[in-house]
Amino acid sequence: MNKRPFAITLDVGSSRANHTGSWRVERPVYVDRLPPCNNACPAGENIQGWLYEAESGNYEAAWRALVEENPFPAIMGRICFHPCETACNRVQVDEAVGINAVERFLGDYALAHGLRLPHPGAATGHRVLVVGAGPAGLSAAYHLRRMGHYVRLVDSSPKLGGMMRYGIPAYRLPRDVLDAEIARVIDMGVDVVLDHNVQDIERERELGNFDAVFLAVGAQLGKRVDIPAGDSSKILDAVTFLHQVADERPPMLGRRVVVYGGGDTALDAARTARRLGATEAVIVYRRTQDQMPAHGEELTQALGEGVTLRWLSTINQVDGDTIMIEKMRLNAEGFPEATGEFEALGADAVVLALGQETDLTLLERDGRVEVKDGVVQVASDLMTSDRGVFAGGDAVPANRTATVAVGHGKKAARGIDAFVRGVSVESVAKHELASFEHLNTWYYSDAERTQRPELEKVRRQDNFEEVVLGLTERNALFEARRCMSCGNCFECDNCFGVCPDNAVMKLGANGKYEIDYDFCKGCGICARECPCGAITMVPELI
Amino acid sequence: MTRRPIHFYQVGSFAVGNRLLSDGERTVQSDAARTNSIDSGHRACQGCGEALGARYALDAAMRATGNRVVAVNATGCLEVFSTPYPETSWRIPWLHSLFGNAPAVATGVAAALRVKGRDDVRVVSQAGDGGTVDIGFGALSGMFERNDDVLFICYDNEGYMNTGVQRSAATPPAARTATTEVVGPHPGNAFGQGKDLPRIAMAHDVAYVATATVADLHDLEAKVERAMQFRGARYLHILVPCPLGWGSDSSETIHVARLAKETGLFPVFEAEYGVVTSVSKIRRVTPVEEYLKLQRRFAHLFGKNPRPDIVTHLQEIANRNIERYGLRDEEVVAPRHARTEVEV
Ligand SMILES: Cc1ncc(C[n+]2csc(CCOP(=O)(O)OP(=O)(O)O)c2C)c(N)n1
Ligand code: SF4
Ligand SMILES: [Mg+2]
Repeated sequence: MNKRPFAITLDVGSSRANHTGSWRVERPVYVDRLPPCNNACPAGENIQGWLYEAESGNYEAAWRALVEENPFPAIMGRICFHPCETACNRVQVDEAVGINAVERFLGDYALAHGLRLPHPGAATGHRVLVVGAGPAGLSAAYHLRRMGHYVRLVDSSPKLGGMMRYGIPAYRLPRDVLDAEIARVIDMGVDVVLDHNVQDIERERELGNFDAVFLAVGAQLGKRVDIPAGDSSKILDAVTFLHQVADERPPMLGRRVVVYGGGDTALDAARTARRLGATEAVIVYRRTQDQMPAHGEELTQALGEGVTLRWLSTINQVDGDTIMIEKMRLNAEGFPEATGEFEALGADAVVLALGQETDLTLLERDGRVEVKDGVVQVASDLMTSDRGVFAGGDAVPANRTATVAVGHGKKAARGIDAFVRGVSVESVAKHELASFEHLNTWYYSDAERTQRPELEKVRRQDNFEEVVLGLTERNALFEARRCMSCGNCFECDNCFGVCPDNAVMKLGANGKYEIDYDFCKGCGICARECPCGAITMVPELI
Repeated sequence: MTRRPIHFYQVGSFAVGNRLLSDGERTVQSDAARTNSIDSGHRACQGCGEALGARYALDAAMRATGNRVVAVNATGCLEVFSTPYPETSWRIPWLHSLFGNAPAVATGVAAALRVKGRDDVRVVSQAGDGGTVDIGFGALSGMFERNDDVLFICYDNEGYMNTGVQRSAATPPAARTATTEVVGPHPGNAFGQGKDLPRIAMAHDVAYVATATVADLHDLEAKVERAMQFRGARYLHILVPCPLGWGSDSSETIHVARLAKETGLFPVFEAEYGVVTSVSKIRRVTPVEEYLKLQRRFAHLFGKNPRPDIVTHLQEIANRNIERYGLRDEEVVAPRHARTEVEV
């Protein structure tokens, strides 16, 4: 017996001898759930991931995480319709995180600081022909270069950018931003051929010895409808109109311009007409304002600039400087039907914005690529019916937005990469969705969204200056920090703190946490109190 | 002087830690080198709020005193689950004597330290609600009156849990316990009885009195730190849900404590020399039902034969607290560590 201090009769043992982990019927396990923003992003961006970096003010790291998937943050931060914000869980707390505004901030930051895209991969010797230098073609070129493939990018226009240049007005996407982000991709060593109209895919493929082709030819033809019209009437389609404006040879439209259609292109055309000097820019649409497919923010901006709306109206006839409008009403099913009531409206020009179609002459001549309902048919890896020929963007069945096209570019690059290497595309199983019920939002402070400043209305009337302005660094940081990091641990130490049994171990900087199953009793507090839903309880096999 | 709180907005502001905060602004609990005053392997039930609350409070006291704390413990769950022979969970000097005498024993420890000239070592005395508001009450009142240099902490789980959930003078009205059964026209604990110990402590005019819950760690730690800035008698009353005695799910311990505060049933405030100096405002207004429904001790108020009259009565108690302490506020409630105030 060893000697103990006075009056002490027992040795002290630690309770750590008592492994309370044996009480457990459920065990906590760390998981990564899929944030709804990431899930909704057509370009497959890891939004939560880059916001995480931005939260700590590490903008370069944030930008690098972003361009892993999408090489155009400054462009996307201006023109993307941000389905991520619609899906954002924060909508159910106060308002969506301003993801798009932060994306733009990062894009502008990278341009201002001259950040370069990642280096191209080591040359593989494989050659890919990309037809069409819009968002899909450029995105494919970017990803293919990163994989080390040779890329030749051809386009029939004199400049790169496709619809981003010829469809989207400069007040939404300034040309210096567009040029700078495109140049960065081209600088990765893309072989560019402009003013070149591909006539024969097969021949071009053979001549250039290309292992694969990516068709990203877009949908550049404005849809026409037959409206009885007199000879002197001026009718043109919105695609041509916007293209001419982008080419700096705007057509003469006159004082009163009527735009027919209810989509984003209609708004672009009307707002552009205002800037070219039209005193009246009237949008005529056959359904109601709520049913317009145009995005709400754009509509508000257009109305603020003096664009007016005539909904529940169709154009029946155009004669000289007068058009005849027939009023519509919604029937019981909510469809518009004619009322037989007519009204004359003065119009010096009518711009048709009734949708776009793909120019199929090239494909029809080729005959190998299957086309149905005016669009190219593709498999899940975006390969067409012609082996080695892939297609994406507006020419295939999908939502026609630049962001979808960027996503297609990446997907096609993966498909092409697998094809030239003779393997199949590895599909990664998606994680379970980090839906709102998984969160414990108590832990986030109440923080309303930062609004983006807009150019004063008087300054928008006769020029193409950018309308929506960027966030300051302070506001961008604030906005990034509103992100709740849904489904992904952000090292808040809550699990480490709330365990009554000290059974969560903190692994140090960025090392996250580990459960000590010797002592974890399985109470479940850590999972219940995890703010972002990154812990789940799993039954023990007994 | 108008005061305007500066809000500190960022991911997880109310959480235990935050990678974006400097070390000094983080909680003691977020520190990988925290004391862990109570070690793993203790025999508290799954999800025990008392085990958690005691670690929160004592680790903070250790930080505040440069690791110079002696703890005196009354009989109760905390003592029993931490020290079954031959093991102990305590990693700090710790003493247990009897159920009712913890304040008196602490007085003695403080006197001994004074005699030895050890004013660097601070005394914390702790007990459950039974040991505080009932059997230890006389000794505690004496300790207050003599203004002995002790921080007394009551871990309030609203009953005698260690002996099988009997009623104490801190058990809320209508709650079912082993001694307040669900029988007759007034099931559960009676209305109009019990003691409000924080207010009784304030009536002794001691330097510092505060309440806290295990749901707001930043607040709890700040109060322990503040308490350690005073000499003389101080009192901290911490609400610690007991999954066994309350019939709540073990995972809900913190959530239940949060709702106790958000409903107004458990007012969270601090007072110096008998005067309230700050209150934790309600952040998300919550009716008492939401709190009660999570606990089987109130199950008889709902279900087949509901008692909305009793629920209303409990809501009135919450409303009175809200009124008395001014718990409602139009303002956004910022996390404790962000409540820096500026003059405007
Ligand atoms: C003088 C005396 N009477 C009764 C007991 C039995 N006893 C031990 S713990 C306890 C209840 C403790 O209740 P509380 O102080 O609220 O602590 P809890 O267990 O709820 O944490 C009782 C009655 C005792 N130990 N000594
Ligand atoms: S009975 Fe209650 S206070 Fe006691 S150990 Fe269990 S949960 Fe904790
Ligand atoms: Mg008790």
